[in-house]
Amino acid sequence: MLSIVTLYPEALGTYGDGGNALALVHRAHARGYRVESLAISLGSPLPDADIYLLGGGEDGPQRQAADALRDDGSLASRVAHGALVVAVCAGLQILGQSFEVAGGRIAEGVGLIDAETRRGAQRRVGNAVITVDGRYVVGFENHGGDTQLGGETPLGQVVRGYGNDGAVDGVRTEGVWGTYLHGPVLALNPWLCDAVIERATGEPLESYASVADDLYQARLASLL
Amino acid sequence: MSSLSHLRSRTALWVGATAALASRLLRRGAGEVIGSKLALAFDPDLLRHVGADRRVIVVSGTNGKSTTTALVQAALGNPVDKQTGANMPTGWVTTLIRTHGAVALEVDEPYLAEAMEKLSPEVVCLLNLSRDQLDRTSEVRQIAEKWRLVIAGTTTQIVANANDPLIVYAVGPALNVTWVDAPLVWVKDASSCPLCTRPLSVEGDWECACGFRRPTPTWHLNSRSIEGPGVSIPFSVALPGEYNRGNAAMAIVSAHLAGIQAGVAASRVSEVKEVLGRFGTVRWRGRRWHLFLAKNPAGLAALAQLTEGFSSDLVISINDNVADGRDPSWLYDAPFDEIARGHRVFCTGSRALDIATRLHYSGIESTVIATLDDLPEQVTASVPVTVIANYTAFSEWQRRGTPC
Repeated sequence: MLSIVTLYPEALGTYGDGGNALALVHRAHARGYRVESLAISLGSPLPDADIYLLGGGEDGPQRQAADALRDDGSLASRVAHGALVVAVCAGLQILGQSFEVAGGRIAEGVGLIDAETRRGAQRRVGNAVITVDGRYVVGFENHGGDTQLGGETPLGQVVRGYGNDGAVDGVRTEGVWGTYLHGPVLALNPWLCDAVIERATGEPLESYASVADDLYQARLASLL
Repeated sequence: MSSLSHLRSRTALWVGATAALASRLLRRGAGEVIGSKLALAFDPDLLRHVGADRRVIVVSGTNGKSTTTALVQAALGNPVDKQTGANMPTGWVTTLIRTHGAVALEVDEPYLAEAMEKLSPEVVCLLNLSRDQLDRTSEVRQIAEKWRLVIAGTTTQIVANANDPLIVYAVGPALNVTWVDAPLVWVKDASSCPLCTRPLSVEGDWECACGFRRPTPTWHLNSRSIEGPGVSIPFSVALPGEYNRGNAAMAIVSAHLAGIQAGVAASRVSEVKEVLGRFGTVRWRGRRWHLFLAKNPAGLAALAQLTEGFSSDLVISINDNVADGRDPSWLYDAPFDEIARGHRVFCTGSRALDIATRLHYSGIESTVIATLDDLPEQVTASVPVTVIANYTAFSEWQRRGTPC
């Protein structure tokens, strides 16, 4: 049994973020797992889950999501007890100590990771490729944030695009995987989707071929 | 207008016309864009001059701009077959030069300020705002914010959809608004209040705790009539779908405010069957193809209402050229599963693999067509095949086929 909770899709779901839950459910199902997937709206208490998904969003909704997660207050202990948070773009930003929104205002983050996000010199829009443990992750970024990590490890090295700062992208701790590659990043990178499932279940997955592999190879060929 | 600036505009138009002629002679397309571009470069005030003394209605919004502009043109008694879909300053110049009298112009969302400033429109018709090509335009709330600044305090007559919270937010500070109860199929970009960011439930007579609420519309749609202040007018729409009934209502009210009798406007609008080849059928390689344009989640949600009329074979063509948006992440926001389920699906276009993968994750397997030449043989010949295509993919289909 694998349980997946998509957090606040009405606030954090700007760029097809629903694709990540869809891909996780499909690929876990295909390996015989029973999967429960549900979405939680702002203000509802967090239910128990193996995987929590946070997507991208605009400034206002992003602040709401950060406030809602702090008000709930349970995410840190859930992560300490083994849950995994997969956070994309604005979802990544709100997990840090603070992030900057329009007008130069600094908003308080959730504080689950040691990171600060400030407005960068320009908006970063375009295809992006990073390497994670020597494997490529392809995607698209569209954000105006520069993220500085404290003592924590990034998720990947930037091969193309900008990520946190032009050199590295995202964050990886025991319980948080975050990236600026927005929207359906797990749908576009089947191996990363499987890595999330394996981390959540603690079991290796058998291989599973699909058209998603063709897409992944085609994107790599066109971007590298 | 001073005689000197008159002269400059006339010279600009001559420069543009010469370039357009040269471009046509060199067989580089219709020539109008290059002509208007040069003319605008020569005289930045050209729009003011060619738009002076013209009754202009501008139409903007994420979805339905081209269709509604054509419907307003029809309501004004203008021909609709000359529509170009051009929605930026060069396109407006071309349209203004080629037409006389009252005219409807389509306006790309980021250009609303320029249109209102330079064209002094009599009526501004604002349809809806939702996510679209986020890599190219601003996020939707930034567009709403920009519109709000442009519209603040204006006395220009605005026709606006009362059901769209982002439109209501953008239009709020205007002094002269006619609200229309036009159907809206996509409200997911307005799930938090544009004013205070509290969660907003957009159903029926929506209202936020902060006081931001749906305004009371003065125009309503019934199944066979449109009702305005003291009037009830027979209403029918040849274009398919609930969303086109909304577009028609917005067009009728806009034309009415520009001086056309509402009954006349409604009767003219009811006769439009096709706009820019959209909803039209073309013939190609011995097959008939029924073309539908859909380029963002709201557009697909609108198409999901029409699936009963779709053929059992379904072609989905998705490109990622600049005009389409380079990022197809939006495929996961659109109800492709609802549209494709139960159909035999063929995926084409530069992002065919993306749509095939998106459908795969919803449990729908499809055929990816690498070379379009392989497609005709694989589809059923007996009925027109439904094709759903985004912007440039749609244009390719139109060029490929001959209208039938």
